[in-house]
Amino acid sequence: MAAAVQPSDDDDEARVLRAADGVAERPDADASPAERFTISLKVKRFNPEVDDKPHWQEFTVEDVEGTDRVLDVLHLAKWYQDGTLTFRRSCAHGVCGSDAMVINGENALACQLLIQETGTSITVEAIRGLPVVKDLVVDMEPFFAQYRSVLPYLITSDEPGYKERHQTAEDRERFDDTTKCILCAACTTACPIYWGNSSYVGPAAIVQAHRFIFDSRDEGSAERLDVLNERSGVWRCRTAFNCSNACPRGIKVTHAIEEVKRAILYDRV
Amino acid sequence: MRIHHHSFDAVIVGAGGAGLRAAIEAAGSCRLAVLTKLYPTRSHTGAAQGGMCAALANVEEDSWEWHTFDTVKGGDYLVDQAAAQVMCKEAIDAVIELEHYGLPFNRTPNGEIDQRRFGGHTRNHGEAPVRRACYSADRTGHMILQTLYQQCVKRDVNFFNEFQVLDVSFSEGRVAACVAYEQATGDLHVFATKAVLFASGGFGKMFKVSSNAHTLTGDGPGLLYRRGIPMEDMEFFQFHPTGIYKLGILLSEAARGEGGILRNADGERFMERYAPTVKDLAPRDMVSRAILTEIKEGRGIGPNKDYVHLDLTHLPPEQIDAKLPDISEFVRTYMGLEPKTQGIPIQPTAHYAMGGIPTNIDGEVVVDAESTVFPGLYAAGECACVSVHGANRLGTNSLLDIVVFGKRGGRAMAEFVKTADHAELPTDAADAVKGRIERIFASTGTEKVAKIRSELQDHMMDKASVFRTEKSLSEMVTVLDDLKERVDRVGIDDKGQIYNYDITEALELGYLVDLAEAVVISARARTESRGAHWRDDHPIRDDASWMKHTMVSRRPDGTVTLDYKPVDGDLYVPMERKY
Repeated sequence: MAAAVQPSDDDDEARVLRAADGVAERPDADASPAERFTISLKVKRFNPEVDDKPHWQEFTVEDVEGTDRVLDVLHLAKWYQDGTLTFRRSCAHGVCGSDAMVINGENALACQLLIQETGTSITVEAIRGLPVVKDLVVDMEPFFAQYRSVLPYLITSDEPGYKERHQTAEDRERFDDTTKCILCAACTTACPIYWGNSSYVGPAAIVQAHRFIFDSRDEGSAERLDVLNERSGVWRCRTAFNCSNACPRGIKVTHAIEEVKRAILYDRV
Repeated sequence: MRIHHHSFDAVIVGAGGAGLRAAIEAAGSCRLAVLTKLYPTRSHTGAAQGGMCAALANVEEDSWEWHTFDTVKGGDYLVDQAAAQVMCKEAIDAVIELEHYGLPFNRTPNGEIDQRRFGGHTRNHGEAPVRRACYSADRTGHMILQTLYQQCVKRDVNFFNEFQVLDVSFSEGRVAACVAYEQATGDLHVFATKAVLFASGGFGKMFKVSSNAHTLTGDGPGLLYRRGIPMEDMEFFQFHPTGIYKLGILLSEAARGEGGILRNADGERFMERYAPTVKDLAPRDMVSRAILTEIKEGRGIGPNKDYVHLDLTHLPPEQIDAKLPDISEFVRTYMGLEPKTQGIPIQPTAHYAMGGIPTNIDGEVVVDAESTVFPGLYAAGECACVSVHGANRLGTNSLLDIVVFGKRGGRAMAEFVKTADHAELPTDAADAVKGRIERIFASTGTEKVAKIRSELQDHMMDKASVFRTEKSLSEMVTVLDDLKERVDRVGIDDKGQIYNYDITEALELGYLVDLAEAVVISARARTESRGAHWRDDHPIRDDASWMKHTMVSRRPDGTVTLDYKPVDGDLYVPMERKY
């Protein structure tokens, strides 16, 4: 199990650095034909119809470009070597949230991580903390139940009538970061607290609550903060920052959780 | 194979924007089930970026009539004009309703919903680009999908996630049931129902370079087509001008709405030659052809001179960060380029089916040239053809389409089931699907799904995409004859019941191949160029012969027949389409 990473206040800086590294390594689009790599892909497999326990399978996938995604490598293995290899995916560019998995020890979307970042040796297993159903497919129902528990919808008592409600650009900006969430579960399943206690509502549900608690149009904060003040709520968080590091959308998850904690403590948004 | 039975008043197939909006409308007034082969929030509505047009006139003068005109002209006059009027008029209410649901639109300095420019949307019938697109950064579709899902959670809508619908059952001339494959167990489920609304999305995975998700394989239209329901205007498939080179990942037209410019190898802003008035904000069909013409004439960029640049480098960096954050991140992640300082290699990418299941403005499926309604059958969103997009959809009008016609379809269906009763459920409702699945499991064939699919995508890109000829389309018919025969000999590795995506992909391939044939045969017959359908051998729009909708049908023996339906409306007289 990966250790909790050191707390860091500056997620942004880390992201910029990573992006800059990538630019330096990547082949220029105008350059000559791209180099081809042979990938060693190790996948933790489990099929309840035939297996008693999980096992590792190694695939050798040839003819891969540095700019190919881990998802492309998984597809090549499934399509041309072993059709039983099972994983969810849909959009293939990091907006649908289907293909969160543990890649080389860290949570990521397989469609967002390129071979030039992972290197040619790739280890893939299912995200942790949710029951594995088959290979990389986990049962998402507990995750969505936790999502629903925070009342993830606008709650208002006013009747706005025909007109749009107004909201200042500053008020809109207040919750912008947490509107980006795609419910991929990368954050929640990176959380060491969640691994040990699946009744914890988890980072993603708190992010979703934050999106409404800090929306100036919403009037349901008290209800949501009550939910998050319970034993299964925000106080389980030990600010390991794994969630922020795992988020494929760059949401400052830990920061959002801290804001929710403060809203409960000081009873104000 | 276990078969489960359920009974509902109404079933919605698909949980993207159209399905969710229909669900909001129907939930509470009838016993409703929503079936999706994904989870609702994985639907491809979430990938839509730029905006949703509505003539709110929050930032400058505008009118829904101008929006209607733009939609009709943008669609190269194949649009049913009364339907376009409905969409553009109801757009205003639709945006306000989404705001009430909590959608976090970008705001103007005085707190109103902000609006920006988009391709083909103009003031006063083509004078200049107009700020009409309501947006939420460059993730408007994500926000619509999330917001509509939130409203469904609030209403406790009954979802069946990862249930893939593979068939419908008709009896007494109306809908009796639909049949779904449960991915988690491999079981079949027969949903007896008075009505079904299909909102299952597009089929852009039939082309090699595509902005579409892997799962956009046309299951809804495909299964109805096999059941004898005609498909309308299938030859009109939109290629979005700015897909990331090779990958096809969408870079929103909002990039040009915010001031981005297309440049060729000479650094020339070539759209000035093709559309002198609106330039880079011409409709997508024209821009895609212009890009490929530049490439064909040797002014492309790169070692193979096969792309052009989307140039954002002159925009203020803070504007890129605020208005185009997601697409900037896509460019950094997948191209390793910095859009603030470097040109972005782009090429046209298969994006949107204008055609699909024919419906009227209430989402009711109509099955012939007289627009006869098929009782209990509804469709909305990209899988449907109302037709509000005609031969070429304007940017933002798809998000508008899903909320306006999702709502109308859901409402009409909820009304219908109040008085309708259940048609008698055929005892063999599940047999066809069961047989199909068992045949694939039992197959000893050596044909592989991935190989056939990639051949389909390569050939469709080569022979039936932006530029077409009689010769290329006839060649494609021959290719499809071969692929169809090989699909029957597909063998799969996974014989298990639990999450067997091997068989899912085999079933999806069947729909893609059938629909590709519908596209190609419709396209070969249409000997003119209109909107997204361009024929090098017939480069002129021919209103005398072709101002009509194609209706393509598949007989039980597999032969494909064509019929035609008049275009509705004479409010706007067809003119030459200049921008």
